[in-house]
Amino acid sequence: MSLPRQQQPFVAGSVTTGSGTIPRISATLTSRDHWGAFKVRWGIKRMDYRVDPGLYALGSPDRAASVFVTANYKLSFDCLRESLHGRSAWILVLDTKGINVWCSAGKGTFGTDELVDRIKSSGLAQVVDHRVLILPQLAGPGVAAHAVKKLSGFEVVYGPIRATDLPAFLDAGKKATRAMRRGTFTTKERIVLIPVELVSALKTAAILAPVLYLLGGLGGPRGFWANASIHGSFAVLCLLSAIVAGCILAPLLLPWVPGRAFSLKGLILGMITALIVETSRGLDMSHWSGSIESAAWLLLIPAISAYLAMNFTGASTYTSLSGVKKEMRWALPLEIAAGVAGLGLWLVSRFVA
Amino acid sequence: MKRLIYLKDVVTLQADPDRCVGCGMCLLVCPHEVLSLVAKRVHVDNRDACMECGACSQNCPTGAVTVDSGVGCAAAVINSMLGRESSSCCCVIEPKKGSGSSAALPEKDSQRTGCC
Repeated sequence: MSLPRQQQPFVAGSVTTGSGTIPRISATLTSRDHWGAFKVRWGIKRMDYRVDPGLYALGSPDRAASVFVTANYKLSFDCLRESLHGRSAWILVLDTKGINVWCSAGKGTFGTDELVDRIKSSGLAQVVDHRVLILPQLAGPGVAAHAVKKLSGFEVVYGPIRATDLPAFLDAGKKATRAMRRGTFTTKERIVLIPVELVSALKTAAILAPVLYLLGGLGGPRGFWANASIHGSFAVLCLLSAIVAGCILAPLLLPWVPGRAFSLKGLILGMITALIVETSRGLDMSHWSGSIESAAWLLLIPAISAYLAMNFTGASTYTSLSGVKKEMRWALPLEIAAGVAGLGLWLVSRFVA
Repeated sequence: MKRLIYLKDVVTLQADPDRCVGCGMCLLVCPHEVLSLVAKRVHVDNRDACMECGACSQNCPTGAVTVDSGVGCAAAVINSMLGRESSSCCCVIEPKKGSGSSAALPEKDSQRTGCC
């Protein structure tokens, strides 16, 4: 028997059951919970934002109270308890290594084996009289409901995709409407994903930017630092604008940018961004160096943006692996080729009078 | 808002009406309304909306619905091409073999890759 620790910050008291002392939690999130959620959205301590696996009591559940199953990513756990405001229930947290429901189900850690083991180790059968578990629908890729029934005696009922639909689901007699079962990817849902993508791209940019700045100092008619302050800083500006296109504009404008492949969407946004950045600088086509430099960034910005947008497939709610592989077969070589050609041209532009 | 659709004619989803018992679990777990029951047998309605998550085949008691499941994530594909392992993430490239109770086999750990 393994019980979650009492001394976790969100635990408020305990409930004594046939399976020991169960931590009691509240459906009201504190400012500490909100601050933690804000940080993980920005990629801070995201891989270490977890709660102890095991059984928790929300409010004052009795032996007939519903049992909800979730992942031990604290954002998932908080989302679930907050949506059950005003209700009492048991919450069975699986050890998904701090990963959310959908991703851990895809990986198999939110899976039949872990669920069956956790039912046993939590002593759930001694806590409730019924034999029904409510799982998020998005746990489906990891859990085989018929196998859980056979191995544990507990029936799996798949609840709605979004925890916020749980009150309506429960009030309808544990029936989800079609809308509750449909995955969405609304503007709001896409916006909350932007910070994590942005932070990860900016980490790479922090290494590249100084290199570009210094390379910008090479060649040219002026002194090294004078060159760097013109061409190096323009390079850094272009790099940042490519990140804006690929990590902010692409997720934000996803449904409205033409094309199905994410790389194509990123490419289009990158082209537009490159044209805006270059024209606002004032194109200097009067000499070779300026023309080549412009051409270089017309290649580089779309290449970087397409690559970043392509990586947003991992965060999306509707891309298949077969599709991603197909897209990558043409997109990745193109992105690399445009990137290498662009970088080569830019270096050339530093040495052409 | 209209449903977002990814690339056409790529998914590996297969439905075999002859093995179907009409329990409807696959319809229930599908997040994109890909399947329906026609005369109490499974039918693929909306193939291009499938994201190959594998929830349907995992929850099919008779193996009537099959799909090469995996996470549609470019970063994960790149990481597996580079032979990189488990860099802080949640994506799996190779599908879980079979359905039923034995998910998360040890060798799958080497295919964990970074993303999401």
